[in-house]
Amino acid sequence: MILHPTVIANLLAAYISSFMVLYALFYGVQILKYWDIENGHELQLVLERKTYLIATLLGYVFGLQLLSLFLYIFTADSLTPLFVGAMCAAGTLNVDAFGYPTLVLKIVNFIVAGLWLVLNYADNQGYDYPLIKKKYLLLAFIAPFIVLETLLESAYFLSMKADVITSCCGSLFSSERTTGLGSEMAALPALSMLRIFYGVMFCTLASGIFFCIKSVGGYFYAALSLLMFLVSLVSIVSFISLYIYELPTHHCPFCIIMEEYHYLGYLLYLLLFGAVVSGIGVGVLSPYRQVESLKLMLNGFIRKLALASLILYAAFTALVTYEIVTSSLVIAYEVVY
Amino acid sequence: MRHWIEKQRYIIDFTLSSLLRRKVKNIGLLALYTLIVFILASTMFFTYSIKKEASLILKDSPEIVVQKIVAGRHDLFPVNYIDTIKKIRGVASVESRLWGYYYDSLVGANYTLLTPPRNGSFTDTGKSTAKTTVVDSESTDNAKPLFELNGAVLEPGTLIIGNGIARLRAIGTGDYMPFLAFDGNVLNFKIAGVLSSQSELVSSDLMLINEEDFRKLFGIDNSYVTDVTVAVNNPGEIAMVASKIKKRLPQARPIIRDEILRTYDSIFNWRGGMMIVIFSAAVLAFVIFAWDKASGLSAGERREIGILKAVGWETSDVIQMKFWEGAIISLTAFFTGVILAYIHVFFTGSIVFEPALKGWSSLYPNFKLTPFINLEQLTTLFFLTVVPYTVATIVPIWRAATIDPDSAMRFTGE
Amino acid sequence: MIELVNVKKVFNAGNPSEFSALNSVSLLIEENQVTVLKGPSGSGKTTLLSIVGCMSRPSAGRVKLQGREITSLPERFLTDIRRKTFGFIFQQPNLIKGISVLDNVMLPAYPLGEKRVHLKNKAMKGLAALNIANKAASKVEWLSGGEAQRASIVRALINDPYIIIADEPTAHLDTKLSYRFMEIIETFKAEGKTVIITSHDPLVYESSMVDRVVNLRDGQIEV
Repeated sequence: MILHPTVIANLLAAYISSFMVLYALFYGVQILKYWDIENGHELQLVLERKTYLIATLLGYVFGLQLLSLFLYIFTADSLTPLFVGAMCAAGTLNVDAFGYPTLVLKIVNFIVAGLWLVLNYADNQGYDYPLIKKKYLLLAFIAPFIVLETLLESAYFLSMKADVITSCCGSLFSSERTTGLGSEMAALPALSMLRIFYGVMFCTLASGIFFCIKSVGGYFYAALSLLMFLVSLVSIVSFISLYIYELPTHHCPFCIIMEEYHYLGYLLYLLLFGAVVSGIGVGVLSPYRQVESLKLMLNGFIRKLALASLILYAAFTALVTYEIVTSSLVIAYEVVY
Repeated sequence: MRHWIEKQRYIIDFTLSSLLRRKVKNIGLLALYTLIVFILASTMFFTYSIKKEASLILKDSPEIVVQKIVAGRHDLFPVNYIDTIKKIRGVASVESRLWGYYYDSLVGANYTLLTPPRNGSFTDTGKSTAKTTVVDSESTDNAKPLFELNGAVLEPGTLIIGNGIARLRAIGTGDYMPFLAFDGNVLNFKIAGVLSSQSELVSSDLMLINEEDFRKLFGIDNSYVTDVTVAVNNPGEIAMVASKIKKRLPQARPIIRDEILRTYDSIFNWRGGMMIVIFSAAVLAFVIFAWDKASGLSAGERREIGILKAVGWETSDVIQMKFWEGAIISLTAFFTGVILAYIHVFFTGSIVFEPALKGWSSLYPNFKLTPFINLEQLTTLFFLTVVPYTVATIVPIWRAATIDPDSAMRFTGE
Repeated sequence: MIELVNVKKVFNAGNPSEFSALNSVSLLIEENQVTVLKGPSGSGKTTLLSIVGCMSRPSAGRVKLQGREITSLPERFLTDIRRKTFGFIFQQPNLIKGISVLDNVMLPAYPLGEKRVHLKNKAMKGLAALNIANKAASKVEWLSGGEAQRASIVRALINDPYIIIADEPTAHLDTKLSYRFMEIIETFKAEGKTVIITSHDPLVYESSMVDRVVNLRDGQIEV
């Protein structure tokens, strides 16, 4: 194993997250079993106090997940010199079989943790904790994934051996390889992807605005949000990165968070993550609009979520468009690399 | 939104005054916290900047170094191998190197003796025709020189020595230094100059010697050199050239520069990581201490929180207040610790670590490291110090925040 | 306006030290009246007061405020109601040492996030009404007993509550100050507020402005 301080920091964060989630789950199970809002006995009061603890813990986990997502990429990037053929984080993640699955799981966990917090906020607005059981069921659902992520991340770092030949970023994301996720992304032609990106974004924004005005079609918007998120990720690899790097072959989605590119990637990804969490949040909360204790505020809150999501997606699109317009690269025709 | 911001301002105000009201307890915590950050930050800054220095120096080193291996040990390199290597397609030039170690029993130190490389390729005369040159940074913009001569000229019978040696033997330009040659004779060399202290990190124990003197001292025949360096035109070809050398000269060991860089990187990473692991015991102790401090509410604090809850503060308001308390302490400790570590490593030359780093080495360089901090280091530090502290205090904070509001009612006297 | 139906409060349930502070208490407190809860120590006065004042929840029974059922409201909502509805005056002034009188008085309003300027004005007005405006910037340690009590009253009023709850307010005051305190209570009544006091001080429960005295013994109301 590579005993790099940053690797230690990563693993520490992962284990702390897992520990906090399991601790929260332990109390969550108690709540699921014994919760009865009508009851004034001491156990109920104790459980109510415990919900504060769990919400605080999960708030921290959410923050930690976001930070450790970026730290993970940082670490992968800083370990690049140790592996032949690796030019940036993309290559390091390919060193063993666990690198990319960990990344995918980190992103998924971050989004689900964000949704939990949205659900928690809505639940707190109701005078009888209407969503509490569903909240803790969701927690029970998230917990194994966070533990799995920690295990995968440990496996990734522990089975790393320096000097292992790995696929270089260039061959990973170029079309020479016919297998592997990265190759498929790059194989999508840039100009077509550009049209798809703007097309889907237009539909998403339109659907969102329609929802904000008419309060109809929340689920549709949530689904489109998720779709837009995936399309955006694919687009970043396929053509957005090309314009930022001003290089028709550099497809790597990780280098844009590095210093050379003014940390632009942070802004892009933060906008994107914020947009998808609030967008899917609309869908998650919509089934509860008729709940008695939430009736008064939930509609307003859902609308605010949708609006936030729209603004973030719009800002993302604006930033992407700015990068494309001010870039020195011009993709006039499709060249297959 | 405005209400929320205003509320945070109120809470921060109250938190600040609350911290100042309990100076003794909080200063103890703050001092310990700062110390932990200071130690970890010093370790990281030191490791990273040495790593950076090493990579800058190695950047300009030759693409391939070829040595001869006999029975697993480094043997002298026959000069006639050189033609074989020069014939390989892709090789730009081959330079021979003469270097070795000399043990000085007087001070118990090992010196590295080196014949400085010349411009142009190897000639058969065996005599140094070129002037001494600086392995310098013409080629790359920021590679560091191996040594800087400060204008000294190496003539037969003279040496140019590194700063460490000058200090250790208390000698300088113009003095004489005796050496015991391979055949038992004593050779006296005059010191022609001292290497500049800029490159002290790597040249502290270095001695530059004339080729003829080198051969006289160590008894190495003209048909042998220590090893050769190979320059390759196309960086993409290096691995291939190295494998060709291996094929044509079975006893040769080609070492690729990138391998060296990777290995150095690994070593420094490992060393840095090792220190972090060792210090993790200290961090753990600190975390336990912090947890204990956060749990141990004095009667006064308990009363205060009871009052807050009685007058209308909610549990989540108290949690927010405690969160700000932790944030203020963490940020103060973090920034103070980082700044102190910066001064410690880059201005005082890691004065605190010096005994540990020096070990029993007689030739210890005085060096000033170039400051090198990046976001990655700071983020790692943050994760290793602030995150454990924050997590350790979550449960105690919650316990404090869930004090019953009517405890204020029940408090009936002093 | 505050209605308690068969309220019970049990502490340490299930343990050997289990004890029942309130046993089936039913009570109706009228608006704009001064009600005194009277009884020896251990009779459950403070517990009853804290349930009435939305500070804790009963183990059994129902509590209604202005017709709205608040028995099983989670703490968040209970606190919100309490902040807006009730003002508490404790036996001890319970001011936070080390900060000024003004800061102490504004404390209950912090979570509401009102603009500082407005809040400060309100606080100063309140202090002026009780003649301690000149002490606004002093630390609470420098106040006399009566001044501290008055500061805590201003604090209780900062959010304009319409129900005032006082727990043994005259326990640590001399006669003169106790009379002054009752005068303040009279002004509350005149302003249309409801007042609930616990006390075993005859000066309080025999006062002419008291509309109703409720006798408590061993966790139950004596008829």
